[in-house]
Amino acid sequence: MNPRWEAVIGLEIHVQLATRSKLFSGAATAFGAAPNTQACAVDLALPGVLPVLNEAAVRMAIMFGLAIDGEIAPRSVFARKSYFYPDLPKGYQISQFELPIVARGTISIPLPDGGTRSVRVTRAHLEEDAGKSMHDGMSGCSGIDLNRAGTPLIEVVSEPDMRSALEAVAYMRHVHALVRYLGISDGNMQEGSFRCDANVSLRPLGEERLGTRTETKNLNSFRFVELAIEYEIARQQELLERGEKIRQETRLYDSDLNETRPLRSKEEAFDYRYFPDPDLLPVEIQPQWIEDIRRQLPELPHARCERLQHQYSLPKSDAALLTADRALADFFEETAGFPGVDARIAANWIIGELGGALNRFQLELGNSPVGPERLAGLLRRIADHTISGRIAKQVFETMWSGNAGADEIIAAQGLQQVTDAGLIEKLVLEVLAANTDQVEKYRAGKEKVLAFLVGQVMKLSDGKANPRQVSQVLLARLRGRS
Amino acid sequence: MLTDSIAELSRLLRRRALSSEELARRCLAEAERQQPALNCFITLTPESALRQARAADQVLARGEGTPLTGIPVAHKDIFCTAGVRTSCGSRMLDGFIAPYTATAVARLHTAGMVMIGKTNMDEFAMGSSTEHSWYGPCRNPWDMQRVPGGSSGGSACAVAAGIVPAATGTDTGGSIRQPAALCGITGLKPTYGLVSRYGMVAFASSLDQGGPLARSAEDVAHLLTAMSGFDPLDSTSVDQPARDYAVNLGTDIAGVRIGLPEQYFQQDLDPEIRGVIESALHELEQAGAILKPVSLPSSHLSIPAYYVVAPAEASSNLSRFDGVRYGYRCRDPRDLTDLYCRSRAEGFGEEVRRRIMIGTYVLSAGYYDAYYLRAQKVRRLIRDEFRSVLREVDLICGPTVPGTAFAIGERAHDPVSMYLCDIFTVSVNLAGLPALSIPAGFINGLPVGMQLIGNYFHEERLLQVAHAYQEMTGWHRRTPGGPA
Repeated sequence: MNPRWEAVIGLEIHVQLATRSKLFSGAATAFGAAPNTQACAVDLALPGVLPVLNEAAVRMAIMFGLAIDGEIAPRSVFARKSYFYPDLPKGYQISQFELPIVARGTISIPLPDGGTRSVRVTRAHLEEDAGKSMHDGMSGCSGIDLNRAGTPLIEVVSEPDMRSALEAVAYMRHVHALVRYLGISDGNMQEGSFRCDANVSLRPLGEERLGTRTETKNLNSFRFVELAIEYEIARQQELLERGEKIRQETRLYDSDLNETRPLRSKEEAFDYRYFPDPDLLPVEIQPQWIEDIRRQLPELPHARCERLQHQYSLPKSDAALLTADRALADFFEETAGFPGVDARIAANWIIGELGGALNRFQLELGNSPVGPERLAGLLRRIADHTISGRIAKQVFETMWSGNAGADEIIAAQGLQQVTDAGLIEKLVLEVLAANTDQVEKYRAGKEKVLAFLVGQVMKLSDGKANPRQVSQVLLARLRGRS
Repeated sequence: MLTDSIAELSRLLRRRALSSEELARRCLAEAERQQPALNCFITLTPESALRQARAADQVLARGEGTPLTGIPVAHKDIFCTAGVRTSCGSRMLDGFIAPYTATAVARLHTAGMVMIGKTNMDEFAMGSSTEHSWYGPCRNPWDMQRVPGGSSGGSACAVAAGIVPAATGTDTGGSIRQPAALCGITGLKPTYGLVSRYGMVAFASSLDQGGPLARSAEDVAHLLTAMSGFDPLDSTSVDQPARDYAVNLGTDIAGVRIGLPEQYFQQDLDPEIRGVIESALHELEQAGAILKPVSLPSSHLSIPAYYVVAPAEASSNLSRFDGVRYGYRCRDPRDLTDLYCRSRAEGFGEEVRRRIMIGTYVLSAGYYDAYYLRAQKVRRLIRDEFRSVLREVDLICGPTVPGTAFAIGERAHDPVSMYLCDIFTVSVNLAGLPALSIPAGFINGLPVGMQLIGNYFHEERLLQVAHAYQEMTGWHRRTPGGPA
């Protein structure tokens, strides 16, 4: 971006809560059921039915509030947000408006220069999700699936504290990690459990006053958030540099074309006619309940990162990578907990080999063919020098495509490291005999040749010789001039 | 014509002098006979009524049951009844059959009552005359040219005409008390939260309250005992231990302090109405009640506040009727907007549309503070005034309605004069208090109602005083067509 402009970004993140039943009805919330099989009379907004608040959702909102060091309102109020749409059965959404359950939290995100930025969370409120309209394959009609209608959400609204698309993504990732740590959401973005709207404006660098913003709706991946914000920044900058004004409007991101398009202008914005829902009493939260929940909070990413560094002597970068996702950190700790496993090797392997393989096969950690126990079996054999790191990669690949344990594979394929001094001696002599010119070079002072010679011995042993032993024997021979 | 009280009928049933099935047949026959003239029913349910009556007879034969077992009842067509149409008096719900039953109805059913049918009402309970019904106007049994009041006009009419001994109604601004007054029967609006609203089609959620209509305070007490109580399906329902409201009937009312708000007896009060209420008060005084002048200075603000709050909530509650999932849908909609606009324009009647417009307006950005918020402030003021007066007196008394039943069509095109029928009743809903209307006399052959307003959850006291009054006088025993 042109350094004359500063981007100002705020996010509204919608997090679907992992309650078993809906926010105001007893219907199930599981994803993927046949259309309208998980919608009861309340979700269908039949006449005369009434909402009853799900306490589990309130508890989850409080957990989130505590995790971001926010204020939990002793009294919060549900309000009706009115608009007509076929997937909104009551003609209003039950949300919170003037008195949200959580206010004034903070989330710290790392900056590329090594510092951190503290992003203020204005509020987080409870609300119900709408259903889904289906337009494909309906032969000229539109279908409505109300399974999602009434699913609990928290909407997390940030202050406009971010200054780049990357910061916005870092913030969103942090919130994502947090809700998964807390176990209050599955965070599944393909299924829409975690999605966001981005408010973007530009202002001349050094200017205090905010520029006119646009709101880009329904971004359901980190990549789309980044691309949409970058697109918006570039679009707005171009307009501003031409001396034009930004229209305050709601825009939609089209991932196929990688562009944002206007949806409705400020003038066309809905008047939601918010007012307190008379069917629901204000939510009164006793301090004792908050304290009970606080005591039961799981360890949060930042604390876990610190602990991992100390407990397992991990470098900060590894600890941060591992704790970015609760499942990953759990995987690591489970693996490192097996006897004979070196935690630092485990961290390297989980981040490197395992991470790479999951990426190549586009798998989630939860679906990894190699679990902590089998991985630990392999790492144990690296630690006790049964196999080298190089052979271990070969064993890992075999493990990935089958069910065998490391020991079985090593035995079946005869991959144990060769530590027999006599055999190594024999191989070294063979290599030295075949490379007399290199031996001369070494003796003339080119010490780099050693690595080449080690490599030759390893090759001759099919990679199974213990590399440390090989280089010791080689050195002894080279220095001994024999 | 059935004029026996629930207590008398119950005695006959228990003595096996009458079977519940016979009683149900008589009610159904009476309903069939009078329906063409009165139009007080939207739906009659003879088959299920006889089935329920036979079941009640079996319970009675075992010597079991409650004081309501085998007693026929009619439900206002605003209460959802599984398997039976619930129209709410509207074309919008003409064919609607709910898959669930309202808690209040279910409780009366559990107590053994036999549902005869569903009664006519102003569409979505919006009105004071039962003229605004998709099924045509209901008539007052005391004078067929006059309205029975509303919106629970069908229920009041069916009881007054001797078709059923009891009926349910709902009261958002007077919709139980006003028709009870105009039809010469007893009607109670309970404390907000005492009777579950689950399954009752919502008009204005913070004001709506279901309640009983019957021929006497004693009958009303039996009905309330069965209808009321905590319901986990209604978040605004109050968790209180169950009570028998008939227990304290017949106890002495000497020393009961009755407040008479000066605002209810002003210069412009119809002198004949004043005369009826004053002589009723005199009777109560004779029985030992202490009359005290009190003041409710914000009374004149209750109609304006009510006609902001109620339409605001109604506009939101009625937005679910969009022609998408159930209810009336216009023919051949061009697009989504056309579907919404025409379904709602054709499905709702004029008065409902008017209130949706008012409600939408007062909730709109830029008007919310001036209307809705200010009305809420007035509401608090009214409630606080009631509370302070009710620290000095046990109940508050005055006319239920400023007049007697008016002619059909007389006010149909003058909404403001219609709204003014509610002048003595709406403040009670704004405050959430319980109030009862009992017959206190007649003017030109038309009944006059007296309203008793009590403190929160003091229904027992209201019923005790009303019962004492009914023991002393006989107004509640008069029937249309009987000796005047």
